[in-house]
Amino acid sequence: MGILVDGNTRLVIQGITGREGSFHAKRCREYGTNLVAGVTPGRGGQMFDDDIPVFNSVDRAVVEKSANCALIFVPPAFAADAIFEAVDSGIPTIACITEGIPVKDTIAVKRYIRDKSVTLVGPNCPGMINPGSKAKVGIMPGNIHKPGRMGVLSRSGTLTYEAVGQLTGLGIGQSTCVGIGGDPVNGSSFVDILKLFNDDPDTDGLVMIGEIGGSKEQEAADYIKENFNKPVAAFIAGRSAPTGKRMGHAGAVITGRSARAEEKEKALSNAGVSIIPSPSQIGATVTELMS
Amino acid sequence: MKIHEFQSKAIFAKYGVPIPEGLVATTPDEAGEITRGLGGKSVIKAQVHAGGRGKAGGVRLVSSADEAVDFASQLLGTNLVTAQTGSEGVPVRKILVEETIEVADEFYLAFLVDGSTEGVVAIASSEGGVDIEEVAESSPEKIIRISVDPVLGLQPFQGRKIAYALNIQPDLVRSMSSVLAKLYDVFVSNDCSLVEINPLVITKENKILAVDAKINIDDDALFRHKDLADLLDSEQEDPGETEARKFDINYVKLEGDVGCIVNGAGLAMATMDVVLSGGSKPANFLDIGGGADEEKVANALRIVLMDSDVKLVLINIFGGILRCDVAARGFVQYGKMNPSIMRHMVVRMLGTNADEGRKILSESGLNITLVNDLAGASKAISALL
Repeated sequence: MGILVDGNTRLVIQGITGREGSFHAKRCREYGTNLVAGVTPGRGGQMFDDDIPVFNSVDRAVVEKSANCALIFVPPAFAADAIFEAVDSGIPTIACITEGIPVKDTIAVKRYIRDKSVTLVGPNCPGMINPGSKAKVGIMPGNIHKPGRMGVLSRSGTLTYEAVGQLTGLGIGQSTCVGIGGDPVNGSSFVDILKLFNDDPDTDGLVMIGEIGGSKEQEAADYIKENFNKPVAAFIAGRSAPTGKRMGHAGAVITGRSARAEEKEKALSNAGVSIIPSPSQIGATVTELMS
Repeated sequence: MKIHEFQSKAIFAKYGVPIPEGLVATTPDEAGEITRGLGGKSVIKAQVHAGGRGKAGGVRLVSSADEAVDFASQLLGTNLVTAQTGSEGVPVRKILVEETIEVADEFYLAFLVDGSTEGVVAIASSEGGVDIEEVAESSPEKIIRISVDPVLGLQPFQGRKIAYALNIQPDLVRSMSSVLAKLYDVFVSNDCSLVEINPLVITKENKILAVDAKINIDDDALFRHKDLADLLDSEQEDPGETEARKFDINYVKLEGDVGCIVNGAGLAMATMDVVLSGGSKPANFLDIGGGADEEKVANALRIVLMDSDVKLVLINIFGGILRCDVAARGFVQYGKMNPSIMRHMVVRMLGTNADEGRKILSESGLNITLVNDLAGASKAISALL
């Protein structure tokens, strides 16, 4: 089981002939993901990795190869268009890796998917991985993961790997790991993905990794307090960050009090979440929480 | 990206948002000349990328051309230190010389990207000319927020709603609504992340004027606004930040003495947090970013060492797309070529080719402490500082 991706995932990669796209297409395949097609406009008819057909458009991948999940590696200027195309082709699960999409474009994407039954993860994210089902739809290093029953939900990339590395090192496996991305406007919020984890019988608990900027962690805290029925441990990155400076991620900038790490920790703590005091103690805090 | 007030006002003028009469001066004589042209009175404002100019002495009302020359010579060529700058301040190269305004009423007005509604919001308040964060905290009822649908844009009724909520006199409601519409146009047409007027003034002659102007442009959208990208004034930022931009490295200078080099923004923040929780202070945020090769890694180290406060460098690499051996070669290459400025490095490497990377570092002859995890990094820093 797990969420979003599993053994039934039939993956199409948009931008498969690009440098990043082709590199990660191979890594996803090696991990065990059922990659069925690629899309690059103008490259239709080619083969990728010997036996994966490349199409000019996403709808062909849906019609001919029954693709049901899209992973996007399209440059920032064209990424919103790629998301629109995937949604329009009826793909229900989409992850967009692209970093640096103008926020105006992401706002338009968000408005477009508002009333549609589609889950968009990202942009500017590592994607998602379900180790038990050998399904990797993203750029995370597959070998650090281990099948198990902890969910991992994060705004970050490498910090998520850090968390997963600590869990795996302590023998704690993961049901699904999802990176929702570091932009100020995301396809899915913490709450959207928390709902999926709540309903997943194969997830026993959750590690949540937030950071400074915005107030999505507070919304997550409200949801956890009212509705989430599994134990949660959370780390918030950026205690040491100054006000008003963008810390790499476009969304990681302290614009007001609620954007500060301390405020987010307070809200989560009030919701019964175990706060992880230092990034070196992610594994240890989870061990204590789940024992 | 931040731009100057005078640049923001030029954009306002282009879109029909009313601004005071004024010109930019780069010499005291020009300031005198412009003041004379304005009738012998003016407001002189330092053009720097930092708030709190008024309190820091960067804004003054002058009542003669001579006084304008005097004040301009005090400002130009110096560094202005405000509550929002570091202790070194930011250089004043240009000043804006504007007509004086007789204020009847003042307001706060802004458009910005709001993460919680995932769209653009208009924010307005009757408390203009003061710190809006403080107003939001002390009297939240005085803050008006209106979400804008990205498909429809700001509708006239929303402009009126704001005008009525601000208790604007009836004959000015329509003008206010029109200013809001133009301001929204500025926001969307230029891919802004913030457009702020504080204060927006109603003059004694019943005119609406943007007395101050602040525009931030979405960095990620600069590729489609060449004209706006040219407005960058790199003198207003840290030289390391300018240098980092050239190599597509995310770098933010901070006040501490432990230089940090990390791959990934989240891990970079977490690494800074480790430094802080160990009782030291990070000198910078640095995310090497994607597509890193040896040269980019070497440049990351060079940029961190440009800051003379750095006593020690903490490196935390989680190898993925960036292989640890590649990173190690980059650090060693730069370290060997620049022995005089090198600092002790505490290195933690994990992931793709980590063993090879650690071997390259340990055999390099440079001063390096290899650690296995973040707790070890924290201990090593305390021992070395």
